[in-house]
Amino acid sequence: MTAPLLDIRNLRLGVALGRSVHHPLLKDVTFQIMPGEAYGLVGESGSGKSITSLAVMGLLKKPLAVFGGEILFKGQNLLSLPKREMRRLRGNRIAMIFQEPMTALNPLSTVGRQIAEMFVLHQGKSWGEAEKLAVEALGNVRVPNPDRRAKNYPHQMSGGLRQRVMIAMALACNPDLLIADEPTTALDVTVQAEVLRLIKELCAARGTAVLFISHDLGVIASICQRVGVMYAGCLVEENETRALFENPRHAYTRGLLGALPRLGSRSAHGRQRLVDIDSIIADRSKLTETRFIAPRGAERGQP
Amino acid sequence: MTAPLLQVDDLHVRFPISGGGLFGTGRRMLHAVNGISFELAKGECLSIVGESGCGKSTTALSILGLQEPTEGTIRYRGQPLAGPGAPGRMQRAKAVQMVFQDPYASLNPRQSVRTSLAAPLKLHGVTAASEIEGRIEAMLKNVGLTPEQARRYPHEFSGGQRQRIGIARALILEPEIVVLDEPVSALDVSIRAQIINLLLDLQEKLGLSYIMISHDLSVVEHMSDRVLVMFFGEVVEEGGWRQIFETPTHPYTRRLIAAIPDPDAALNPGAAAFAADAPLPDGRRFVSDGSAAPDVFTPPVPSALTEIAPGHRVRLASTA
Repeated sequence: MTAPLLDIRNLRLGVALGRSVHHPLLKDVTFQIMPGEAYGLVGESGSGKSITSLAVMGLLKKPLAVFGGEILFKGQNLLSLPKREMRRLRGNRIAMIFQEPMTALNPLSTVGRQIAEMFVLHQGKSWGEAEKLAVEALGNVRVPNPDRRAKNYPHQMSGGLRQRVMIAMALACNPDLLIADEPTTALDVTVQAEVLRLIKELCAARGTAVLFISHDLGVIASICQRVGVMYAGCLVEENETRALFENPRHAYTRGLLGALPRLGSRSAHGRQRLVDIDSIIADRSKLTETRFIAPRGAERGQP
Repeated sequence: MTAPLLQVDDLHVRFPISGGGLFGTGRRMLHAVNGISFELAKGECLSIVGESGCGKSTTALSILGLQEPTEGTIRYRGQPLAGPGAPGRMQRAKAVQMVFQDPYASLNPRQSVRTSLAAPLKLHGVTAASEIEGRIEAMLKNVGLTPEQARRYPHEFSGGQRQRIGIARALILEPEIVVLDEPVSALDVSIRAQIINLLLDLQEKLGLSYIMISHDLSVVEHMSDRVLVMFFGEVVEEGGWRQIFETPTHPYTRRLIAAIPDPDAALNPGAAAFAADAPLPDGRRFVSDGSAAPDVFTPPVPSALTEIAPGHRVRLASTA
């Protein structure tokens, strides 16, 4: 069995107010991502998906603090890594795509220069060389006319193009792990489909592992091999994608799946009301008491 | 056949865009909506789908009277809603109301729910405090809130509750038509299901007609009776929900449907024998297959909506 690329063990983090007041936000979150694997974290706003990714990137800001647990990346605990070392990893071995490309890009610099910066910082290239590589990177994410587009500022591009620039930037140094935090939420459906296909193809071709965060179960299903469902700071269920969708075991997962209007369901069942999570779950506070974490490779054995 | 509740006939909206020319004096016209026609029957949910910039919101704003159409007529129960002879804002407010996309931005943070809901009633001549109180109480119950919550301010509510307040505010004047502009796209999955259920319940209970604007086709399939697919200011396909989702004909409609991230389709590729993959029927010429954006500054290429099945119409190139 190969060693996991990212191994998060009993991660606990929360808001620290003063010395004694702790407000937990993540409670013993444990999951692994194998090299080249696409892992999806799904859950509603406030369930802790995004802070999990920020913790991996080492981007937690006060008053958020880690209380316990480990984040092992290739066996190295990121939480005890000096800031300098972390900065070398971030953007280089672990890269991130954010939800809103307009706010994540620098409005005062051309996109070509922003991508080139990656090569200068992490690979020690000269600016001239880096800018050529940046044009190439734009071509790789299928931006038409990459040499002309490299001279554009972010505001001159559409949302879909900007997100491609973000992907080009994130994949510039061939990272081992790509964290994508709701990368397509702000996009139109057809553009979303193109961007998802791009992430899927590029990562598969380069063997990049993906931590994909979304509240959209459809997006998760189309891109991830394994899915973790988060609720109130806990990973309540984890399984292979197909097993999770076909045989959800946790009440919350069942509620989440039932709440989703699905294509074709109306032809089959008529205009029914969707499942209201609150109506099938009597006591939300008990939700995190049970967890269903399926072992890897267990999918075949299930009915 | 009874007269339709709302009738939109050959609606055009064009915006003048400054710029171009030697000193920026050149004026061009942006063709936002090009000859949209449709009818809305009582109790029906008509969805307008399409991507950003296709003119669906402009169409909705025209119906609400917030955007003057350049050409064309909009009739409500036979009476024009826009142009000469149009009723004032007050009468229109009783006919058509709108639920906005963002429940965070569309409520006044300084007004309690009661103030927000009472304002339209007072404007429309309801002065008796007991009647105002009674109607607010009944409306809050209708949308699943408690009368006690009327004293609170928008920031005290969650996103789903705020959308309920938005719905209550749209319904307080008892309009017959409600325009829903992406009513659930800003909400979380579980809350989204609750609001969709609420909208369906209210439609049945109050006999409302909905015009829903959305790009989320799974929600559209779930809620609509009829669907209009818009692409750059034109309707490219129109039909009952079953016709649109089971036998989509225009290439753009197929592209839209194929783009929906659907867990079932993702996990069982091919198993669904998806209608969008069926070959295009022979002998039909489409002006655009919806993959490239046309120039919005020139009038569109002439084409016509052609009926291919009862109630199912598709835009084909005019036979030259």
